[in-house]
Amino acid sequence: MKTIIKKHPLAVRWFHWINFPVLAIMIWSGLLIYWANDVYRIGFGSTTLLKFFPDSFYKALNIPFRLAEGMAYHFVFMWLFAINGILYVLFTLISGQWRYLFPDRRSFQEAWLVILHDLHIRRSAPPQLKYNGAQKITYTAIILMGLGSLLSGLAIYKPAQLNWLCSLMGGYTVARVIHFVLTIGYCLFFVVHILQVIRAGWNNFSSMVTGFEVADTPKQPAASAVNQEPPII
Amino acid sequence: MKKIFPFFKSKGPRTQEDLIRRKTIGSFLLFFLLIALAIFGWMQLRVATPGRLSDGVQKPLRKVLDVNEKIFNRNFSTQHLSKTYPVSAADKKVRVNGDVGMSDDFDPASWKLQLVKASGDTLLLTLDDLKKLPKTEIVFDFKCIEGWSQITHWGGVRFQDFVKAYHLEKEASMKYIGMHTPDEEYYVGIDMPSALHPQTLLCYEMNGKPLPLNQGQPLRMIIPVKYGIKSLKRIGTLFFSESRPPDYWFERGYDYYAGL
Repeated sequence: MKTIIKKHPLAVRWFHWINFPVLAIMIWSGLLIYWANDVYRIGFGSTTLLKFFPDSFYKALNIPFRLAEGMAYHFVFMWLFAINGILYVLFTLISGQWRYLFPDRRSFQEAWLVILHDLHIRRSAPPQLKYNGAQKITYTAIILMGLGSLLSGLAIYKPAQLNWLCSLMGGYTVARVIHFVLTIGYCLFFVVHILQVIRAGWNNFSSMVTGFEVADTPKQPAASAVNQEPPII
Repeated sequence: MKKIFPFFKSKGPRTQEDLIRRKTIGSFLLFFLLIALAIFGWMQLRVATPGRLSDGVQKPLRKVLDVNEKIFNRNFSTQHLSKTYPVSAADKKVRVNGDVGMSDDFDPASWKLQLVKASGDTLLLTLDDLKKLPKTEIVFDFKCIEGWSQITHWGGVRFQDFVKAYHLEKEASMKYIGMHTPDEEYYVGIDMPSALHPQTLLCYEMNGKPLPLNQGQPLRMIIPVKYGIKSLKRIGTLFFSESRPPDYWFERGYDYYAGL
């Protein structure tokens, strides 16, 4: 007997799928802006190990000489990014969904076991509710990163009128570095996220569209815990 | 629904599997429809034919940029200052960026500022006239729209002091000031509150010395509440306007306000 196990509330699915293209546009337009003064690199002294970004990278993505265009898109889509993110946080707080997302004391140890399991070092995965420890930490961290992007972005955008915020972010130059590093963080998150979604399989991916997973066997304790969640649609 | 989509018609009692299939297909259809709509919307926004552009940028984007200006102008206060630094923090090697409007056939010695008070009422001012006014120095982090910034040291007369000295209160009640270089190749417009901001200078000194030629000798704008694109070098003409004066970079797709 197949049963429906409710997983993601409708609102969360909307927030997620809106955020994906909006963040992509923010990163792309940010790249158009960054190109105009691309000073960041990883290295020591005069030795550069990795330049952000190599010319071939710019060329492949058609980045050069589009600063004005980049700024226009960035300062339009920033509203969607901010509003969508704020609504998501409000929704999780009001609906109680934050309980599944916010890590607790056990999450950190659990996350370690999850990593060991995912790297095929440990056979069994720790028991979990909706999200495991590693997911809780990541999904909470990504929200804090989003907040960091908003604040550092505002500090760069209005360093004179919001000079208190600019100072809070460590000054103009530091705020720019924070803004850049967080963006690299999103790209790394994206890579891991995609790999994990592929690994988790169709049922998991499908639930981000439909809202439910399909279980083949009688309900398992872990699954029923998920099912007790009040349907929020 | 059932009439239109016989596909959804169920025969007899629905099984749980039918229900799951129906829900899944319905969700994915909606999902793909929304993706298609998003792609269509994006492509519509991207169209860059002349009719869809407003000063080098797509009209909807330009509209939002203008709304952004209104939103952030609400927060604008002359009390909000750019951070200043001690003179020792200023870079001695000041970056030179851009030479539009800096044509070679220019003689700083014969220069005069054309101050257009009204059409037909133009005042010609020499550098000595401006040097008689109270001098203000500022060391701040000059910010280029390209993304670099540099702590630099400038001196000149505050625009608000200049307005007082020449009794331009009536002109300064208009919405904008406009400026252009003597050859009229480079031109900017600045909203009046930003022009009257206490850190805005008609600048004739850099690092305690007269401006070098490539930094706009004899007179340039230094306006810390804007990106450097508004700090026009080599001011030839200064005028007042109720509507947006032409702006070089605005016409090339940049934000008119460019405020920091």
